[in-house]
Amino acid sequence: MTASIRALKTILRGSDHMALLEVQDLEIAVRTKGKLLPVVEGVSFDVDDNETLGIVGESGCGKSLTALAIMGLLGGTTVRITGGNIRFDGMDLLTLSEGERRRIMGNRMAMIFQEPMTSLNPVYRIGDQIIENIRQHQKMTNAQARDRAVELLSLVRIPNPSERVDSFPHQMSGGQRQRVMIAMALSCDPKLLIADEPTTALDVTVQKEVLDLMADLQTRTGTAIVLISHDLGVISETCNKVAVMYRGRVVEAAATENLFAELAHPYTRGLLNSIPVVDSDVDWLEAIPGRVPTLEEELTGCAFHPRCALVTKLCATIVPQETEYKPGHSVRCHFSGKVAP
Amino acid sequence: MSEPLLRVIDLKTHFRTKASWMFGERQLIKAIDGVSFDIAPGEVLSLVGESGCGKSTVGRTLTHLEQATSGRALFEGRDFLVMSPIEFRPLRREIQMIFQDPFASLNPRLTIEQTLGEPLFIHGLCKTWDEARAKIAVMLETVGMDPLVMKRHPHEFSGGQRQRIGIARVMILKPKLVIADEAVSALDVSIQAQVLNLLKKLQQDSGVSMLFISHDLGVVRHISDQVAVMHEGKIVEIGRKRQIFEAPQHEYTRKLLESIPRVKIGKEVA
Repeated sequence: MTASIRALKTILRGSDHMALLEVQDLEIAVRTKGKLLPVVEGVSFDVDDNETLGIVGESGCGKSLTALAIMGLLGGTTVRITGGNIRFDGMDLLTLSEGERRRIMGNRMAMIFQEPMTSLNPVYRIGDQIIENIRQHQKMTNAQARDRAVELLSLVRIPNPSERVDSFPHQMSGGQRQRVMIAMALSCDPKLLIADEPTTALDVTVQKEVLDLMADLQTRTGTAIVLISHDLGVISETCNKVAVMYRGRVVEAAATENLFAELAHPYTRGLLNSIPVVDSDVDWLEAIPGRVPTLEEELTGCAFHPRCALVTKLCATIVPQETEYKPGHSVRCHFSGKVAP
Repeated sequence: MSEPLLRVIDLKTHFRTKASWMFGERQLIKAIDGVSFDIAPGEVLSLVGESGCGKSTVGRTLTHLEQATSGRALFEGRDFLVMSPIEFRPLRREIQMIFQDPFASLNPRLTIEQTLGEPLFIHGLCKTWDEARAKIAVMLETVGMDPLVMKRHPHEFSGGQRQRIGIARVMILKPKLVIADEAVSALDVSIQAQVLNLLKKLQQDSGVSMLFISHDLGVVRHISDQVAVMHEGKIVEIGRKRQIFEAPQHEYTRKLLESIPRVKIGKEVA
């Protein structure tokens, strides 16, 4: 274990005990045209009970693949985990047998997906879909599981839960469907909830309700949450700590208030400056020039260097290591904290 | 204020759902239920609201993609909703639309040159391909692209580049009114900022009027002169940008503004 990883681990964990979820040096690659292209490289973080970790980045940065890797959902695709460890509650998730994995997924670990429109089965009543998950993992009669389903629906504030339990997905709005997904994810009291862009498809007013609901449930049950989002506003309002990803690497990580107090990576600053805000007027947005490089483009050095205002020869040749910028704040940049003149 | 370029008066667009074999009863959906607004030459009016509020239907009705149920829409003083397709044709050049999905709005089988050239010939702005190519080259540079891309097909471009091409296709006709329906919503934040800056610059340089349809209040604040907040087919509040964002009067506008998650910068929140 290198010094920088140890530094990051202490940063993200705060102490030396085993966290609920520990991801260490995760490497994921996709096989295309006989070549293995790395899509996630050296990603490490951990999450504990009562904590919400936000993973933020643009499309293709590897944030969703990281989530799918944790949930063990990469099987049957051309994407492979090529290195690293994922430990959940002391177990090594990457070496579990299929049966052991099935006992954990949906039970102690659950996931909410982005699209509430397509993640529910349209031909089954929502109640039956929740009941199926409960009975898969717990010894309950159908009637008991149904009562539990109604209870869960009222927990996620679906009006008239005892009637709505018999609704089909198409009879509900997008926000309601996402709440059903949350109810299903919570049905077995998971210790860890992974939410991949849970509110991206929803209207702002509904988004607020869903995020408030998740925060409320966390205070009640102490569930650890990994929230994946492209929206820095959502991350800032809901997470305790943040990992910013760019092209497969965590480029900056810190406790939320430390990160936003002082953005140390030029990409994080660029991302923030790109957002048109509602509370003030600016004439022109400070957009980051260029675009995220595609997987096929081979890059040397820092993946952000073609778009960076601080770029030097060093950036184009050597991949920056994770360094501790401030206590509890790690950055992958040769010039962390410096601002372009 | 000068004579508006576009004046929409009490516009209504209602749809009837099809009767299903099981549940009978056709239903009347009032997608737009009495909407009125003016857009002055060179101004940007944004229609903002949540999904299903009818904002896109307004754009689609104004481009004859949907049939208005009642109401009037005057373009330079002429009611164009009652025009026949043939009468409306000359106006199609002057009222152009930018769509949301840069992956669906470009014909995959046409080169960029063909995509941008076709409207020039249809509207009689060019006689020869040499003339067209010269115009296309200038336009591509204006939207920040290399004129050499002309011979390529849409699949060779990223989402942001395709949206630039979509904008070029519209601006090359020198329209007087551009209707942009969620034109930057499908783009990643860093690319969205580039395209938004481009759109704002083109609008200011050419003096085109714009009806900007969006659900994103941040984007709306950045680009608009006037803002109309829509809810359930009606405009609940309309006014200058500053007034809507700094002194919202309607409860729904306030609720929308309050719901937006904001980045808390600085140490004071720690």
